[in-house]
Amino acid sequence: MEQQFDTSKIGMWLFLATEILLFGGLFVGFGMMQARYQREFVEAHHHLKRLLGATNTVVLLFSSWTMVMAVHSAKNNNRKKLQIFLLITILCACAFLVVKYFEYTADFSEGLFPAKWYHHFGDNIPGSRGYATFFSFYFMMTGLHGIHIVVGIALLSWLWVKAGKGEYSSSYYTPVDLVGLYWHIVDMIWIYLFPLYYLIT
Amino acid sequence: MSNHDPNMAHTDAAHSHDDPSVYLKTLILLLILTVITVGASYIDFGSGNTAIALFIATIKATLVALFFMHLAHDKPINAVIAISGFIFLGIFLMFDLIDFNARQPYIPFNYAPAAQAPMPGASPAGTEADEEKAKEKEREKAAAAKQEEKKAEEKK
Repeated sequence: MEQQFDTSKIGMWLFLATEILLFGGLFVGFGMMQARYQREFVEAHHHLKRLLGATNTVVLLFSSWTMVMAVHSAKNNNRKKLQIFLLITILCACAFLVVKYFEYTADFSEGLFPAKWYHHFGDNIPGSRGYATFFSFYFMMTGLHGIHIVVGIALLSWLWVKAGKGEYSSSYYTPVDLVGLYWHIVDMIWIYLFPLYYLIT
Repeated sequence: MSNHDPNMAHTDAAHSHDDPSVYLKTLILLLILTVITVGASYIDFGSGNTAIALFIATIKATLVALFFMHLAHDKPINAVIAISGFIFLGIFLMFDLIDFNARQPYIPFNYAPAAQAPMPGASPAGTEADEEKAKEKEREKAAAAKQEEKKAEEKK
């Protein structure tokens, strides 16, 4: 059993490495475009809602902690706490998406769209593709991250149901541990997304 | 949430690193770092802002990896896989930077004074300069095609 657990964990880490490369490629692309359209990118940063971004950072960090506590509870045969912590994690993930919804709505109402749909008024460098490029990257990366959050909610709900049936104990909690790793990498990606998009001004 | 919870008796030695108080401290540290990085973004350090933001983000990511993802006490193979991901990302970034630096200095298509600024609300994509470039390319292609035709005729 110990060996099975270790093997599935290695498999999960291999998957996480591909996640790092997936988002890493987008981050490199973003960096290249930032170097190319420096002034437009710095200005476009100002349109993002820094406080909403910070709120989401705190929500995700807290959910990461509840997740690690869920894994800890499963390890120690505490089914009740496992369910409670999983539920808090799911609620945090939903809260993240709600904040994201309000943010996107506010962006859209200002005409901040990706690519050719971008039509924000009064930019300092008129007609520049830099702004549109920035928002293409912004919606692509936060959108992909949002999809990861949705997948995370599905996985966590599945864990919650199974935990309710008492399937996890100190002798078997592999799914809880692996979903935990997934949830932490989603948090880690946001740790980089937040300063790069919201804080560079 | 306390680490003296009687329900959470540590059953064997392998779990000795699984300490809730460490998780709580990690969370508090992460939240403090978040406050610092948001605070620093309101102060103008010039280009230093990006460096500070990235530095703090890396500390936070390392904390998550070491304690929440248990890399600090896990089997080393997992850390090797995680780090190799970042190494390959570094190789990718390196070649991209070489490419970026080797390119011709980029002259923005909107370099001309703002006289030709499009009407507000106009789509920023597809400017005149771009269209001109595309036309030039088409002309070149047409010329090349003509030359090839001539050659073919000469061979006949």
